[in-house]
Amino acid sequence: MEMDKPWIVAEAIQSALQAPFYHFILEGLLVIWILRLIFSKSYKIHQKETLTKKEKEELVGSWQPEPLVPPLEKTLAKTRPYRLVSGQVGKNIVVDGYKCKNFASMNFLGLVGNKRVEEKIEKCIRTYGVGTCGPRGFYGTFDVHLELEERIAKFIGAEEALIYSYGFATIASAIPAYAKRGDIIFVDEAVCFAIQKGLQASRSKIVYFKHNDMNDLEDKLIEQEKIDKKNPKKAAVIRKFMVVEGIYMNTGQICDLPKLVEFKFKYKVRLFVEESLSFGVLGDHGRGVTEHFNIPVSKLDLVVACMEYSLASVGGFCCGRHYVVGHQRLSGMGYVFSASLPSLLARAAIEGLNISEENPDIFAQLRQKAAFLQDLLKGIKGIELVGYPESPCFHLRRLHPVTPEKDLKFLHDVVNKCMKNGICITVASRLKEEFLSEWPASIRIAVSVEMSEEDLDEAARVIRHAVEEACNKCKGS
Amino acid sequence: MNAAAQNGELNRNGANEIYHKGGSTKRKFQESFEPTPLYAAIVTYVNYAVVTLFGFLRDFLRKHGFEKLYAATEDPEMKDFVPLYASFESFYTRNIYNRIQDIFNRPICSVPGATINIVERKFSHSGWTSKYTGKTLKNVVNLGSYNYLGFAENEGTCSEAAIESAKKYGVGVCSSRQEMGNLDIHTKLEQTMADYLGVEACITFGMGYATNSTNIPCLVNKGCLILSDGLNHASLVLGCRLSRATIRVFKHNDMEDLERKLSDGVVYGQPRTQRPWKKILIIVEGVYSMEGSIVNLPGVLALKKKYKAYLYLDEAHSIGALGDHGRGVTEYFGIHASEVDIMMGTFTKSFGAAGGYIAGNRALVEHLRAHSHSACYATSMSPPVCQQILTSLSIISGTEEGRNRIKQLAKSCKIFRQGLKKLGFIVYGNDDSPVVPVLFYSPCKLGAFSREMLKRGFAVVGVGFPATPIVESRVRFCMSAALTDKQIQDALSACSDLSSLLNLNYSKAK
Repeated sequence: MEMDKPWIVAEAIQSALQAPFYHFILEGLLVIWILRLIFSKSYKIHQKETLTKKEKEELVGSWQPEPLVPPLEKTLAKTRPYRLVSGQVGKNIVVDGYKCKNFASMNFLGLVGNKRVEEKIEKCIRTYGVGTCGPRGFYGTFDVHLELEERIAKFIGAEEALIYSYGFATIASAIPAYAKRGDIIFVDEAVCFAIQKGLQASRSKIVYFKHNDMNDLEDKLIEQEKIDKKNPKKAAVIRKFMVVEGIYMNTGQICDLPKLVEFKFKYKVRLFVEESLSFGVLGDHGRGVTEHFNIPVSKLDLVVACMEYSLASVGGFCCGRHYVVGHQRLSGMGYVFSASLPSLLARAAIEGLNISEENPDIFAQLRQKAAFLQDLLKGIKGIELVGYPESPCFHLRRLHPVTPEKDLKFLHDVVNKCMKNGICITVASRLKEEFLSEWPASIRIAVSVEMSEEDLDEAARVIRHAVEEACNKCKGS
Repeated sequence: MNAAAQNGELNRNGANEIYHKGGSTKRKFQESFEPTPLYAAIVTYVNYAVVTLFGFLRDFLRKHGFEKLYAATEDPEMKDFVPLYASFESFYTRNIYNRIQDIFNRPICSVPGATINIVERKFSHSGWTSKYTGKTLKNVVNLGSYNYLGFAENEGTCSEAAIESAKKYGVGVCSSRQEMGNLDIHTKLEQTMADYLGVEACITFGMGYATNSTNIPCLVNKGCLILSDGLNHASLVLGCRLSRATIRVFKHNDMEDLERKLSDGVVYGQPRTQRPWKKILIIVEGVYSMEGSIVNLPGVLALKKKYKAYLYLDEAHSIGALGDHGRGVTEYFGIHASEVDIMMGTFTKSFGAAGGYIAGNRALVEHLRAHSHSACYATSMSPPVCQQILTSLSIISGTEEGRNRIKQLAKSCKIFRQGLKKLGFIVYGNDDSPVVPVLFYSPCKLGAFSREMLKRGFAVVGVGFPATPIVESRVRFCMSAALTDKQIQDALSACSDLSSLLNLNYSKAK
């Protein structure tokens, strides 16, 4: 068939020469048109029109931004001024000029103003000065910090502990160190603001379950399990976490830890427990919610707490197994990029731990006193008491809420009245940005182990009286 | 003064021979960022390649049981759980960081002043295990702590006042500012700080990192634009992210790039809706701690005025350290403090305490008092720490001693920098900044330098990836008013020895 090829070419040339003249012209024009299209500048159909320099300047000149913050008068009109405390926030407090018994500061173990702590602090300042002048990685690690970490780990019964220099930053840095984009976190609705900021920083998918409702949590876990079964490859890289608090700051309720540990192993979800209000409160030795329910700390993945309540110092800690906690030394943002805890505050915390270990019955006493006060306050008409019966931190809400503004005013009236009569309590401060900011406003009461029975009786009496007056005022208006 | 300087434009590489109104004296603004020499870059890449290869080898040996595994492992009960860490994530930590981890986290057992006592540790098994030898390395000259004005002292007026305050107030406050945590000492501190800075009002917080991360979300939100310098600190980045505003990053200290982004922001508005932005916030730092550069404040202010943006200035490293009276980068450039909308700073560096502040006009501060996450939910500053700041402030602003400290710091910075440059090191940043980063490029030289300096009695800070770009590991010296001239000269001669030993004189500048 090779003979066909030259024959086809020859035939083509012959037919081309025989074509009429207009063919050449048409085909020539076609070739010229194609060449033009190939070499001309391309254009986009939806090209943005560039503005001229004059137009840009006009736009810049005419743009008016919003003011950075609302005007001063508006801010002052909407907010209450801070109360001024003169002196120590111990058992007796002078606030706005009134001498009161302090049921507002969360000084549960009465360590504020403790003489032993003071002595140790003096010695510490004379050795280390005040500030640490550096983050942990760059000569900001003092032997005091290492000692505190060891003591906390030993106290709680964990393998390793890690200290942060601010309580708020502790949980807000711990969560994003482990949970990243694509992971799933199951959180109780009532968690505190610091946890919410940690969740936001982690960029993970957040699934809220009803406050302390284990059935709702289980439903959501089962739902997730179904989704995982459909796509096992994806599920094999998505980490799942549960974040709860030992005693919730917003409601004073205790979490159901045994059930949570059961869910952890059944649904393969890691468990982080935030124990700021239960550390130094629950358990025979004050070890927190794990001791209270008799569950070994190694069953939890991470225990986070701040030392600003029971230990009356500043800062926070995370503790757990080496495998989990060690990671935060390089990836806990608030740990790596912030100056370390001033040594005197670390020393105060160590002394607080020493005092707690020497008097293990203060924890039971604290819970007893808390239960006593709660009993006295339960019967008051017009308010509802919310909280675990033995929790030293509980809430009082209006029994029949009207509107958020009126309820808040009612509570502030109660607080002011109590203060004038020598009992200092406070409305729990909240921000609109908090998830579920439609939580009813409440008064948060904090019981200190330093209070005697007479003090508790007096507190109950004064609060009852104040509530009655406030209720009458409302009925009258 | 040339035209470029009048507009606030400055060259990045090389000296800028301009004079500007810096407080009472005319000051030469000189920044230098010598580009990476090719030879150094190649050597560094080869270093990384070798270490990475060995990393793969060692991981392989560990996985198959040929080498003992010292790292902590997951609980056997939890083997069915999704792994907590992706195995490659920690490759760098396991194989590169671990080898030089003895230069980080060195524990000390003394006040972080001009000299420190370091607790000795011994590392074995390529850095996997460590133990304390029980010995202390005494009187090591401290070139690493942020002790700019030398207020890290355990005796003297500051510490006595702090002890008195601890006796009077105790240490814990156990409540937030909005509830029962507002003590009279806080109000006094805020008033004193506002007076010192020359602004209307000031609010303080217990942690510098939290000051940024809890307050930026109160000032901007979704629908606002944040223009953030490329080298901003992690706390600023976190604050910007939590605010949900749109973040655009401009090249470090580059006014042209900032202008371009500002112009695009105002002219084109939000990306899809084309609606105008609600607010534009420019976030810069006074002194950048990794580069040692000072922000081009006149340039930023000029752009801010032109485009009606707001300026957030983080003076963590510059407050107390720059300016004739230590008032920071505004005093350094001769600019009035009221021109900056939001002045933020920390008390950790120059005041020897802890915590942060935000200062500005009264409307700003009252807004933050009501809406700051920290004021509402976090406990307030501890009283002895407040007292330390008050005492150090009174020394800085009112006394001869304060002025002497500031002068000593400025002098030490100049001597040390010029000394290092003469030795042929590549030093980044501004001549006046108290932070002196010296580039070593290779992490191996970083480790060697730090260990050798420790043997010679000097404590230095080495920084590598991920805090710096991977090829640009550096040693960052922090000057202090507490260092004597002799200590600085000794440090320079130690650097000179090591420069020849480790081949560190990369600079080609004359």
